[in-house]
Amino acid sequence: MSDLTHSTAAELAAKIHAGEVSSVEVTRAHLDRIGAIDETVHAFLHVDTDGALAAAQRVDDDVAAGRPVASPLAGVPLALKDVFATEGIPTTCGSKILENWIPPYDSTVARKLRDAGVVVLGKTNMDEFAMGSSTENSAYGVTRNPWDLDRIPGGSGGGSSASLAAFQAPLAIGTDTGGSIRQPASVTGTVGVKPTYGGVSRYGLVAFSSSLDQGGPCARTVLDAALLHEVIGGHDPLDSTSIDAPVPPVVAAAREGAAGDLRGLRVGVVREFTGEWYQDGVIAAFDQAVEALRGLGAEVVEVSCPHFDYALPAYYLIAPSECSSNLARFDAMRYGLRVGDENGNSAEQVMALTREAGFGAEVKRRVMVGTYALSSGYYDAYYGQAQKVRTLISRDFERAFGDVDVLVSPTTPTTAFRIGERVDDPVAMYRADLCTIPANLAGTPAMSVPAGLSDDDGLPVGLQVMAPALQEQRMYKVAAAYEAARDKAWGGPLINRVPELEVAAR
Amino acid sequence: MTASTADVLDYDEVLARFDPVLGLEVHVELSTNTKMFCGCPTAFGAEPNTQVCPVCLGLPGALPVVNGAAVESAIRIGLALGCDIAEWCRFARKNYFYPDMPKNFQTSQYDEPIAFDGKLDLELEDGTVVEVGIERAHMEEDTGKSLHVGGATGRIHGAEHSLLDYNRAGVPLIEIVTKPITGTGARAPEVARAYVTALRDLLRALGVSDVRMDQGSLRCDANVSLMPKGTTVFGTRTETKNVNSLRSVERAVRYEMTRQAAVLAGGGEILQETRHFDESTGSTSAGRRKETSEDYRYFPEPDLVPIAPSAEWVEKLRATLPEMPWQRRKRIQADWQLSDLELRDLVNAGAVDLVAATVDAGATPNEARAWWVNYLSQEANTRGVELAELPITPAQVARVAAMVADGKLTNKLAREVVDGVLAGEGEPDAVVAARGLEVVSDDSALYAAVDEALAAQPDVADKIRGGKVQAAGAIVGAVMKATKGQADAKRVRELILERCAG
Ligand SMILES: [Zn+2]
Repeated sequence: MSDLTHSTAAELAAKIHAGEVSSVEVTRAHLDRIGAIDETVHAFLHVDTDGALAAAQRVDDDVAAGRPVASPLAGVPLALKDVFATEGIPTTCGSKILENWIPPYDSTVARKLRDAGVVVLGKTNMDEFAMGSSTENSAYGVTRNPWDLDRIPGGSGGGSSASLAAFQAPLAIGTDTGGSIRQPASVTGTVGVKPTYGGVSRYGLVAFSSSLDQGGPCARTVLDAALLHEVIGGHDPLDSTSIDAPVPPVVAAAREGAAGDLRGLRVGVVREFTGEWYQDGVIAAFDQAVEALRGLGAEVVEVSCPHFDYALPAYYLIAPSECSSNLARFDAMRYGLRVGDENGNSAEQVMALTREAGFGAEVKRRVMVGTYALSSGYYDAYYGQAQKVRTLISRDFERAFGDVDVLVSPTTPTTAFRIGERVDDPVAMYRADLCTIPANLAGTPAMSVPAGLSDDDGLPVGLQVMAPALQEQRMYKVAAAYEAARDKAWGGPLINRVPELEVAAR
Repeated sequence: MTASTADVLDYDEVLARFDPVLGLEVHVELSTNTKMFCGCPTAFGAEPNTQVCPVCLGLPGALPVVNGAAVESAIRIGLALGCDIAEWCRFARKNYFYPDMPKNFQTSQYDEPIAFDGKLDLELEDGTVVEVGIERAHMEEDTGKSLHVGGATGRIHGAEHSLLDYNRAGVPLIEIVTKPITGTGARAPEVARAYVTALRDLLRALGVSDVRMDQGSLRCDANVSLMPKGTTVFGTRTETKNVNSLRSVERAVRYEMTRQAAVLAGGGEILQETRHFDESTGSTSAGRRKETSEDYRYFPEPDLVPIAPSAEWVEKLRATLPEMPWQRRKRIQADWQLSDLELRDLVNAGAVDLVAATVDAGATPNEARAWWVNYLSQEANTRGVELAELPITPAQVARVAAMVADGKLTNKLAREVVDGVLAGEGEPDAVVAARGLEVVSDDSALYAAVDEALAAQPDVADKIRGGKVQAAGAIVGAVMKATKGQADAKRVRELILERCAG
C-alpha cells in the first residue's frame, strides 16, 4: 500500500498543486490499487485508465506551466457512481437493460468534475437503478465490504463507499434517494453527504425517484467531503429543481469545526430512532458519539418527530410511483438492450420482452408497486396519502429545527449485514433506510460520519447529522468537530483499521 | 372498410330521433423557436431526427426545462378565449407506452390547466351566433411521428417495421377543450366546422401558431354522442381522430351522427372508442380495440416546478392581445362599407385576411374582394383546397389589380395572368411578358393596324366617313383580330373615328 492511496484528498491536492507529486503519479497509484484488489472488492464496473491519466496530465501541465489549477481538488482521483451519464464512457446504472449504453452527453456533475480537474477513475457498482441497500441488486455482481468481505458495502452506492474504504479512491460521488449515500458510508466507516434537495444538479443523473434523488459527495474525511461538495454543488439551469442560491460555505464550516468547539450549539436526538430494529452495538456507539458532542460543548436535548414513523411506508409509495414512470423509457426503441426483435414480434412485444429480460427482481417489484399506487381509484389512497405524510414530516423537521440547530441519530440501525442475509426479505432490507428516509422526504440535508466501531461485531457505525435546508454548514461543522474528537479518542483515523486486503494474484 | 348505407341512418331521421352532443379537442402546435422543454428548433419538414437532443429523446438522466415563450403563448390564448388564468398550476405526467413517445410518458397538464372556463362566439354562414364554452386550455408536448411500413392500414398493428422521427417530439402544444356543445341539432356538423374555423382565425391573429391543418399544426379530435330526443343524459361518445381539414371536421361529425344513430336505432350500443376518419370515404372506422381501458396514471411532474404567473405578468400579456377576429370584422365592414351579406360572403369564403392583405398591398377593397371572393374562391373550390392554400399571394393579386387599373390589362387578360401565377409561371409581370398579354397601348402600332384594316375594307371605311359610325364595329373587330385581342377596343374605336374624320 502506498502513502498516496492512504492520503486524504486535501493532502493530495496540496502536494499536487505544490509540484511535490504529480497527478499522474497519484492517479497511477490508485489505478494500480484498483488493478490489484478490485477483483476482490468489485467496486468498479468500468475503469477509464486512459481518460483518467489524460485528465491527470492536464493538471500536471497546468502546475508545470505555473497556471492556476482549475479547482482546489484539481488532480485528485475520484470514483463516480455509475448512475451519472458520462459522455463516451459506459453508464449502466447496474442494470442489464443499459448494458453497453454509451451516453452522448455528460451529466452536470460529470462536467463539473472535469471542469474542476478532478480525475475520474471510473464508474462504481450500485444496486440496479439505485434500488437497494446492499449493492446485491446490481446486474453485474456484488461489491464486498473491505471491513469484512462477506458483508455488504451498503447500497445503493456500495461501489462508491467500498472504493473509499479500500483506498481505491480518496473521493467518490453517490446519489441518495432514501439513504444510498449515507447508509453505505455508515457501514464502510466513510463520510457521505446528502445535500439539500436541489443543491447538486440532477441533470444527467439517471432518475430513480425524481423528487427524492440527490447527488452528493463521499470521502474518508469531513473536509474532503466539503471540498467535493463545493465542486459539484450550485445552480444548474438544466435542472428546474436546482436551487438558485450559492453553495453553503461547507469547507469553511469543516475547517471551523475541526477546532473542536461546539459551545452554543443545540443538538437534538431524535427519540423515534431507537427500538427493536436497532443493534445494541449501534446504539452504544451512537450514545458515545452524543456524549462526545456534549464534551465538545454542545447542548443535547431529546426531540420528538412523531411522523418519522410513517416515513418508510410513505417512501415506499412515492419512490416506486415515480420510478414506474421514470423507468418507462427503457423500452428498447432508442438505446440499451433489445430482446425479441425477430420472429415478427410487434414493438409492444419487444418492449415487454426487453423489460422482462433487462430488469432485475427488485426493479420489477418497485415498478409494479408504483404502477398500482398511481392507478386511478388508488391514487388518493396511496400516492396522495404518502404526499400528505411527506408534508407532515417536513413540519416535524421545521418544528424540531425551531428548537435545535442540528438533529442526530444513528445512520442505519445495524452494522453491515452479511451478503445474502436479506435478499429474500425485502422489508428487512428496506429497514436499513429507517433513519435516512425522512431527510429525503423533506428535502433537507443530512450526512453520515463514522462513529467508531460497534462493540458487538467490530464493524463501523455511522452518526447521522441532519440540518435545515441550505444549512449544510451546520452539519459539516458538527461532523468535523466530532471527527476530530473521535480520532483523538481512537488514537487515529478509524479508516486505518480496515483490514489489509489480499492483493489478487496476477 | 367503406360504409354501406345500412351502416348509417338518414340524416333527417337522425335528427328526428336524437340530439347530438359535441366536444371538440383542438391541439395547436405553437410556433415558438424552440421546443417545450429543450432548446431544439421546431421547424417543420427537417430531415428526420435532426432536431433532437438528450432531453427530447428522453435519454436517461436528461431533464426538462419549461420554455417561457410557450407559457406566454398559452396564457395569451387563454386570455383571448376569455379564460381564467391559473394563479398556480403544475405539469403532470400522462403515462402510456408508445414508440413515438421517447419517455413513454407525455409531460402534460392534468387537473391544473393553465387556463380554464372561457368561451368563443362563432358566426354560422347565415349569421347565427353560437357561443361555445371552453372547458380548459393546457400545455403539453407533442409526440414524435411513426411511419409504419408494411401492413394494410398504415397503422402500427400489422406493420412489418416502423420508422420513428423524433423531430416533432417535444414541440409545444396547447390543447383546447370545449365544454359539451348541445342544442345545435342539424347544425352540429356546421357548428363543429365553424368552431375550428373561428379558433384557427383567433390563433392566427394571436400569431402563436401556423395553424396549418394540412401540416398538423392544428389538429382536431371530434367527440360525438347522441341522446334520444327529450332526454338530457349524454350518450356514450366516440372520439374521431385524423380529421385534417375544416371540411373533414364537418364530414366526420355528420358521419358519426348517422353511424351512431344507426347503431342505436338497431338496438345496439355505442362503444367508447377512438375512431379514425377516412378522407377518401368520408367515414370513420374503429381503432384497434384495447382489452383494458387506458389508465394514464397521472401524477404531478416532479422534474418541473409549479408555474405561478403573477397578476402583473398576466395583465401585461393581456395588453399584447391583438384585435380579435370578430372585432376586426366589424371594423372592416365599416371601413370598406360592406353590407352584412357582403361581409358574410367575405367571411364564409375565408377571405378576410387575404383581402385585407391585398388592400394593404395597394388594391381597393372592391378589387380585392372581387378577386378573392369571386374568381379565386371558385378556383379553390375546383381544386378542393382552402383559399389561403392557393399558390398566389395577396401581393400578386394586388399587382394584377394595379395593372388593370392602369389599363395595362383588360379584365379578361388579368384573369389569364392570375391563371398563369396559379400555374406556377412566376410573378404577374413575368406571366404578362412570357405570355405576351399586355394591352397594346402604343398608338403608332394601333394606327398601322387601323390603317391596314380600313384599307382592306374600303367600302366600310366609306360608310364611316359618310357618318355611319356604327359601321366602325367591323373595323374594330378586324383590328382586335390582327392584334390578337391585346388592344384596348375603346381606344381602337377612337382611332378609327379619328382616321375617318380626316
Ligand atoms: Zn431537444
